[in-house]
Amino acid sequence: MIPVLSDISFDISEGEFLALMGPSGSGKSTLLNLIAGIDQPDSGSIMIGGIDVTTMSETELAHWRALNVGFIFQFYNLIPVLTAFENVELPLILTSLSRDERREHVEMALKVVGLSDRMDHYPGQLSGGQEQRVAIARAIVTDPAILVADEPTGDLDRVSAEEIMDLMDRLNRESKKTIIMVTHDPRAAKKAHVVRHLDKGILTNAHSQDTL
Amino acid sequence: MHILKILFKNAFRHKLRTGLTIISIMIALLAFGLLRTVINAWYAGVEASSAYRLVTRNAVSIIFPLPFSYKDKIRQVDGVSEVSWGNWFGGIYIDEKNFFANFAVDARTYFDLYREYGISDDQKTAFMRDRKGFVAGRKLAQRFGWKIGDTVVLKGTIFPGNWEFVMRGIYRGRDPNADETVFVFHWDYLNESLKKASSTRVDQVGFYMVGIRDPSRAISTADSVDSLFKNSYAETITETEKAFTLGFVAMSDAIITAIELVSFVVIIIILAVVANTVAMAVRERTNEYAVFKTLGFGGWRISGLILGESIVITMMGCAFGIAATYPAAEAFGKAMGAYFPVFHVSLRTIVLDVVFSLTVGILASLIPIYRTLKMRIADGLRMVE
Repeated sequence: MIPVLSDISFDISEGEFLALMGPSGSGKSTLLNLIAGIDQPDSGSIMIGGIDVTTMSETELAHWRALNVGFIFQFYNLIPVLTAFENVELPLILTSLSRDERREHVEMALKVVGLSDRMDHYPGQLSGGQEQRVAIARAIVTDPAILVADEPTGDLDRVSAEEIMDLMDRLNRESKKTIIMVTHDPRAAKKAHVVRHLDKGILTNAHSQDTL
Repeated sequence: MHILKILFKNAFRHKLRTGLTIISIMIALLAFGLLRTVINAWYAGVEASSAYRLVTRNAVSIIFPLPFSYKDKIRQVDGVSEVSWGNWFGGIYIDEKNFFANFAVDARTYFDLYREYGISDDQKTAFMRDRKGFVAGRKLAQRFGWKIGDTVVLKGTIFPGNWEFVMRGIYRGRDPNADETVFVFHWDYLNESLKKASSTRVDQVGFYMVGIRDPSRAISTADSVDSLFKNSYAETITETEKAFTLGFVAMSDAIITAIELVSFVVIIIILAVVANTVAMAVRERTNEYAVFKTLGFGGWRISGLILGESIVITMMGCAFGIAATYPAAEAFGKAMGAYFPVFHVSLRTIVLDVVFSLTVGILASLIPIYRTLKMRIADGLRMVE
């Protein structure tokens, strides 16, 4: 077995916007998955908000993710047979909110990403940028403390990518979301407060945007 | 958003595939329903038999007759309320393919004993008065377009010759299992004709139908009847009408077992079809289930989504299958009316349809559920359609 990540130890402050960069196969996505609780390390611990997520069972992790983490994927991963509204509503099905409360939350999330007028559109009827904004609305609808984004601009044209990064920047600044983003795109990484590089599973020291 | 909406939307993503699967289930359940109805039709006589009647026949075989004189002795047995008698006539109407059951019966007692055959008093009286008269069941009269007063000629096979009868009545079944395809005429007409022909078969009956007062004493009453004729030249076997009819059904046991096996094989085939459809659908959407898991959907919810989709498909096929079974059974019943006088889709068949469909829906989803639950989210997310 080849270790993907080893001897990695670092902290992320609450409200921080961290970009993870590095060549393909360097372990960026694996690290992101570990932080987000969708993968488990062979050894070590990952403390988030004082809780070691590596000790949780599958069910506990699923519950923890639903409450604390919003996910943004490179290929949006929207459910094609559900409308934008229904896609954003998905994480709320797991909560005890009433139908009206869910509607209120979904409308608010879609308003934040500027898609109030596309609620009844299916993913296939939206542009790539709009699909990613729906995905962001789905990520923030439960108001999680952490947003993890795996190449959020990787499948977008330059204009759309800039819109998405502006939106993420706004979520970080205005809503105080802690954002951890994997990206190959230096322009996207510029929005982050801190950039860390991974190469062959080794994490470099953090450096702020001033030194990038 | 209602979970049911997701289930239906998922089930119909591939409309053609799902549609073909539903049609397969529908056809399979239609076949299953018809086969079960054929089996039920076989047992219809058993179901229709009365607990208040015994049948006495020759102990050697039903084909050997009994003396007519036995009737008075049987009537005197404690617990016996009425005695009637009859012969299987085996007449052919125009052509052998027009088969129907025809009996020479004692007109005075027959309809008193077979109260499930409803006949108006006028028609009964007309039948009693005409030695050449006959009464037919409603379905039989409909089948050949017979009307009251029509003359019908049967060609005798057991009792040779052309036998002329006049229709005097039509009976109707008072319950759904009553056979409405029977043709009955006067045993006296048969017996007197045999006398004229100096036949050796005069004053012999094929079987006695014995009415009893207390069904709980049926066995002891039957034993009492048989003990009367012990060591005589024509010993008897008396049994409940149900046991007597079951004896006939048992002759076709191998065929019924084969039909039953085929009906269950049909269910196994649809299990394979549905399992394939669900497995393909889930495999194609591995990435989406990984997303569901990422969002916090736990094992029960994921299982519910896959199981629900499988059940939506099977139950839709089941609904269409049941809906198609009724007209198909009616058409089949009409076409095969001569062999299956009672051909109704039973409630039990419908319940079996639903139970088997649910079972197939559940079983078909087990492997896809297991695989999806075992799948690592990171692996699932890497799979792109």
